[in-house]
Amino acid sequence: MATPAAENPKANRNTDVFLNGIWKENPVFVQMLGMCPVLAITNSVRNAIAMSLAVLFVLVCSNVLVSLVRKFVAKEVRIAVFILIIATFVTVTDYAVKAISVPIYKAMGPFIALIVVNCIILGRAEAFASKNSVFKSLLDALGMALGFSLALFCLGTVREALGSGTFLGFPLFGDHFQPWVIFVLPSGGFFTLGAWLLVFAWWRERADRKKAREAQSP
Amino acid sequence: MSAVGTAQDVPAPAKPTSSLYMVALLGIVSTFCGLVIVLAYQVTTPAIKSNLAQITRDAVFEILPETGEMAAYGIQPSGDLVKLEGIETDLPRFFVGYDKAGKVAGVVFEAAGRGYADVIRVLYAYAPKREAIVGFKVLDSKETPGLGDQIGKNKAFLANFQALDVTLNADKSALVHGIEAVKNGTKSEPWQIDALSGATVSSKAVGALLNHSTQEMIPLAVRHLAQLEERN
Repeated sequence: MATPAAENPKANRNTDVFLNGIWKENPVFVQMLGMCPVLAITNSVRNAIAMSLAVLFVLVCSNVLVSLVRKFVAKEVRIAVFILIIATFVTVTDYAVKAISVPIYKAMGPFIALIVVNCIILGRAEAFASKNSVFKSLLDALGMALGFSLALFCLGTVREALGSGTFLGFPLFGDHFQPWVIFVLPSGGFFTLGAWLLVFAWWRERADRKKAREAQSP
Repeated sequence: MSAVGTAQDVPAPAKPTSSLYMVALLGIVSTFCGLVIVLAYQVTTPAIKSNLAQITRDAVFEILPETGEMAAYGIQPSGDLVKLEGIETDLPRFFVGYDKAGKVAGVVFEAAGRGYADVIRVLYAYAPKREAIVGFKVLDSKETPGLGDQIGKNKAFLANFQALDVTLNADKSALVHGIEAVKNGTKSEPWQIDALSGATVSSKAVGALLNHSTQEMIPLAVRHLAQLEERN
């Protein structure tokens, strides 16, 4: 009746669980999940931070709750249960953002509601929280959310700096800077994401090569 | 990620879950989720309402800087005005700003119209003494960033609305000249809006929505000016 609560053997140490999401399995740069908000919401750093916080809240709450009920949830209806739980926290976030700041709510447009179908969240519920303890699920959620925030922040910084010449609204380059409008438009999101993926892939490859060399010559 | 439901994951042939259990489970989870959502709604509604009201209020004070206090009026289907308690109403509404001496400093209307991307919503302030639009603010637009969205940011474009002529005809029933947007650099009359170069569609949309709204609202406000002055 309940899904088998087998521990994931690869991720048994708590620090590993936490760090996995930030670096080794970064949801955006490695797993390529949740691309819709990544491309749409990163035209300014402020929007990127707001989106990160919204995803952090939803991911932590849903992972913890999914983990809490994992022994009772029949596997035939588990996806329905996960979606219900996720949708609930997204709705709560929607109200909360509107109550905190209407301008931020407007800037995020439909993308708060679309967190429901963000693959990162359902993915973590299915792949991790439904098989691991509450504490580990919490760490996993925090790690993944921070990894997601890191990616949004990377994109948001570049796009706001080049597209509007500002950082968090503060001018960076003086009055003579002509903003590259394309960077705040959707196509600029793709360019920036591509550039960051290139940087991260190069970085990882370099680290792998270094590791391989160390393994060869002890 | 080990796939759920493979042969290794299920050691003994698993007993099929009873339908009753599944229905009960989904029922309990749904009820719980429903309660959480309703609770969140109840908790946040007052804050959301006051946020929205505050934004409108701030916008009114922003485009009518001489305003000391404001009041909101609803327009009844008969054309009569009713003073609102707060600023919320289902009727079409407008705001009146009073200066320090308690006189009507200006009347602020909401207007909306189709833009290049989506509906553009704006506020504009009418000063009865000057018979002109003296303030303008874009509340909501999805115009192209960098081009069309400049209707709310570009200083030269916003300068159009420091004294945009909306003089009424002799019997105060219509404007002498409707507001119109003209090609960038060709503004020659005080009722024209100098369009933004590169954002002609958005500029024309602003001209059209203002023309539509002013033709209707300004004669109405002027007709009731005495009532607005007495604040009842």
